[in-house]
Amino acid sequence: MNLAAAHNWAHRRFFRWNSWITGSALLAFIISLPLLTIISFLFAPAGEVWQHLADTVLKDYVRNSIVLMLGVGAISVFLGVTTAWLTSMCDFNGRKTLEWALLLPLAAPAYIVAFTYAGLLDPAGIIQTSLRELFGWEYGDYWFPEIRSIPGAILILSLVLYPYVYMLARAAFLSQSVCVLEVSRSLGCGPWRTFITIALPLARPAIAAGLTLVSMEALADYGTVQFLGVSTFTTGIFRTWFGLGDTAAAAQLATLLMGFIFALVLLERVSRRGARYYHTSNKYSRLPRYVLKNSRQWLALIYCMLPLTLGFLIPLGQLLLWAVETYDKMLNTQFIFLVWNSLWLAGATALIAVAVAVFLSYAQRQQPTFSVRMLVKLTGMGYAVPGAVIAVGVMIIAGWLDNRITSWSTLMLSGSFTALIFTYLVRFLSISLQNVDAGLSKVKPSMDDAAKALGHPTLQVIKNIHLPIMRGTILTALLLVFVDVLKELPATLVMRPFNFNTLAVRTYELASDERLADASTAGLAIVLTGIIPVILLSRSISRSRPGQTAVPKKYVTA
Amino acid sequence: MKKINRYIGVSLCIFLCACTSAPPEVNVYSYRKESLIKPLLDQFTQDTGIQVNLVTGKADVLFQRLKSEGENTPADLLLTVDAGRLYRAKQAELLQAIDSTVLTETVPVNLRDPDNQWFGLSYRARVIMYNKSKVKPEELADYEDLTDEKWRGRLCVRSSGNIYNQSLLASIIAHLGESGAAAWSEGVVKNFARPPKGNDRSQMSGAAVGECDIAIANTYYLANWLQSDKPQETEMAAQLGVLFPNQNNRGTHINISGAGVTRHAKNPANAIKLLEYLVSDKAQEWYANTNNEYPVKESINVSPTIKSWGYPFKADTLNLNELGTLNATAVKIFDLTGWK
Repeated sequence: MNLAAAHNWAHRRFFRWNSWITGSALLAFIISLPLLTIISFLFAPAGEVWQHLADTVLKDYVRNSIVLMLGVGAISVFLGVTTAWLTSMCDFNGRKTLEWALLLPLAAPAYIVAFTYAGLLDPAGIIQTSLRELFGWEYGDYWFPEIRSIPGAILILSLVLYPYVYMLARAAFLSQSVCVLEVSRSLGCGPWRTFITIALPLARPAIAAGLTLVSMEALADYGTVQFLGVSTFTTGIFRTWFGLGDTAAAAQLATLLMGFIFALVLLERVSRRGARYYHTSNKYSRLPRYVLKNSRQWLALIYCMLPLTLGFLIPLGQLLLWAVETYDKMLNTQFIFLVWNSLWLAGATALIAVAVAVFLSYAQRQQPTFSVRMLVKLTGMGYAVPGAVIAVGVMIIAGWLDNRITSWSTLMLSGSFTALIFTYLVRFLSISLQNVDAGLSKVKPSMDDAAKALGHPTLQVIKNIHLPIMRGTILTALLLVFVDVLKELPATLVMRPFNFNTLAVRTYELASDERLADASTAGLAIVLTGIIPVILLSRSISRSRPGQTAVPKKYVTA
Repeated sequence: MKKINRYIGVSLCIFLCACTSAPPEVNVYSYRKESLIKPLLDQFTQDTGIQVNLVTGKADVLFQRLKSEGENTPADLLLTVDAGRLYRAKQAELLQAIDSTVLTETVPVNLRDPDNQWFGLSYRARVIMYNKSKVKPEELADYEDLTDEKWRGRLCVRSSGNIYNQSLLASIIAHLGESGAAAWSEGVVKNFARPPKGNDRSQMSGAAVGECDIAIANTYYLANWLQSDKPQETEMAAQLGVLFPNQNNRGTHINISGAGVTRHAKNPANAIKLLEYLVSDKAQEWYANTNNEYPVKESINVSPTIKSWGYPFKADTLNLNELGTLNATAVKIFDLTGWK
C-alpha cells in the first residue's frame, strides 16, 4: 500500500517533471525557430562585405545604436520612476487623472509621433514658418533644434516608451509592503530618503524589467530612426541586406544584435545575483500618501504633465487637426474593415501570447533549472529583433514547410493569418512573459507550501490562490500585447494575405508618402483604439495594491 | 441516412462546381503603394471582370516572400517602382519571359528587359530642382556640376539608403566608371547643406525655405505639390525651378515603375492581360495625369504641369538592367565616401 503510493507519487512527479521540460522545450524551439533561421546564416560566408562594413559604416551603426539605447533607457527610467513615485506615494491635485493618463503615450506608435513632430518642427513646418513670418527672419538667421537627429530620436522614443517603466515601477511601489515603508518612516526617514534607500531598491526588479523592455524596443526600432534619418544597427541590417544584396551579412548583423541583447539581459540577472524579492509580511493596510501642498503641488502636477503633453497630447492634437481636414474622404465602409482587422488580429495574438507565457512561467517556477530558464529567455529574444527580420525568418520557414506539404495539401502557410500571428507571437511574447512572470513571482512559495500542506491539489491551488493574485498582471500582459500588435507595422505589411489592410498599414502607406494629413484618420483610430486597453490597464494596476481590493472576498471572510 | 448522404453529395458537388467556376483572378505583389495603383486595378476589374488581389509592401521584404514561397507562390505579377528590383527578381529566377507583341511594340527597348522578363509601365526623371530666387538655371547643366565648389553647403539630397539615389549613382558608375563615380559622390557630399534626411519632398522643402539652394528629386513630387489644395505646398512649389541634367550629353537619369510575370504564376494569362492593360492608352493617361509620371507610350500626352518643364527631354538610354547590376557597388561607394 505504502509502496504503491510512493510509486504513484514518484510516477506523477516524474511525469510532471517531464511534461514541463518537454513542453517548454518544444514551445521554445518553435518560437525561436525563425530567429534560429536567421542565426544559422552565421555559417554562411560573407567575408568581403564584412570587411567593407568594418572599414566604413559599422562603427557609426554601433555607436548610434548604443547612444540611442542608453539615452532612451536613461530618460525613460527617469521619467517613468519619478512619475510613478509621485502618483503612487504623493497626493496632489490631478493625481487621480494622471495615474491613468500617464500611460496614454503607450497608445501612440512611435513612428506616428515622429511624423507629427517632423510635421511641426521641420524648417517647412508650422512653427518655423510662423517664426520666420513673425520676425521676418530667413532660414539660418536663428537657431532651432533639429528633430531629425539622434537627440530627436532619443526624445521621441523615450516619450512613447517611458510608460513601460512607469507602469512596472508604479505596480512595484503600490505592492510594496506598507510595513517596510512604515518602518522607514518610523526610523525618521523623510520621503526622499525612503524613496532612495527603501522603495527604489525594492522596486529594482520591476524597473529593470521595464528598462529591458525599453532598451529592446529602442534597439529594434526601425520606422522611427529611419524616418528621422539616424543610421543605427537596424537601418544597417536593411542596408546590407537590400542595398548590398548580402542576406548572409545582414543576418549576421541581426545575430550580433540578438547576442548583444542576450548579454544585456544576462548582465542584469547576474547583477541581481539571483536575489529574489518576496515580501514576507502579510500585513497590508492603506499607506497614507505624502500630501503635497502649495507650490510643491503645482510642481508635481506640471512635472507629470510634461511627458503626457509631449508624448501624447501634442501628437494627438496635431492628428486631430489634420483629421478634421481629411476625415470625410477617409472615413468610409472600408475604414470599418480596417478597424475590425486590426482589432481581431490584436485580440487573437494577445490571447495566444498570454496562454504561452502562462505555461512557460509555470514551467520556470516548477522547474527552476538553468536549462528551463535559458529556454524561456530564448523565447523572449524576438522583442529585440526588428519585426521585418523576424518576418523574413518566418517566411523562410513557412515557404519551406509549404514546399514540403504541397504534395498532399493546398493549404498555404505563407501569406496566412497563422504565419502572421505566429510572427507577432515571436516578436511580442517577451512582453507577456515578463508580466506573467512578475505576477507569478508575487505568489510566494510559502503560499504554495501552506496550501499543499493543507492538502489542496495543485489545480485547486492554481485556481484559488494563483489566479486571483495574478489576474491583474495577466490582464496587463493581454492589453500590452494587444496594443503592440495594433501598432505593429513591418511584419504586418509584408506577411498579410491578399487584400487585407490594417490601421497601421494604412497609416504607414499614406504617411510614408508624406501625406500626413490623409494618414491622420487611421493614425488617430490606432491611438483611440489603443487608449481603451491602456485605461483598463491603468485601472487594473491601481487596484492591485494588496490590502485594498485585490484579495477576493471569499478569502477575506474565510 | 441515405438521404443525408445524398444531401452531402449534392452540396459537395455545388461546392466543387463553385470552386472550378470561381471568377477569374490575378494576384499581384506590389512594391507600389495601394493608393497609387488601386484605382487602375479597379478599372481593370471593371473592364475585364478579372478580380485583382493585392498585397503591397516594402519592396525587399516582399521580394523575400516571393523567393521563399518558391513554386507555391500565389503571386502572378510583381509590380515595382524601380528597375533594379526587377533585375534582382530576374536574377533570382523569379520571373518568366513574356511573349506579347502588345508589350514589345509599346514599351521602348531601353525600358524593358532584353529577355522580356519585365516591362516598364511608366518612367520618372531624377532632376535638379533649384530655388528660383537664388540660383539661375545657367549656373549648372549636368549632374557632374553638383560637385563644383560654388555649391558648398547649398545642396539637399536624401539618404543613400534610398533606391533612387542608388540607381542614380549606378548610372553614373556605368558612364564614368567606379573611380569617377566615387569622385562624384565625394564632391557631392562636400556640398551637403545638411546631413541627408527625409524623403524627396523634404529636400524640396529645404530648397524652398532656404536650408539649401538646390535639391535632387523626382519630378512627380513637384507636380503633386503644384496641384495640391494646400496653400503651403503650392507656395513652396512656386519657389522651385526644374533643371533636366545632362541634356547636352548622355541625358537625364530615369528609372521606371514596371512589372513582370512570376515564374510560378498560376494565372499567367490574366497577368499578361493586366500588363497589357497597364500600357493601354487609358492606363497610360492615368499614369501621366494622375500620378504625374512619364508614360512609356510615346503617343500619350503628359500633364500640362510636366509639359511646362520641357517635354520631351533627353533621357539616358542606358539599359536599366545595369542599375540592378551596379546597385551593390553604388552602395559601397556611398559608404566609402561618407554619404549617409
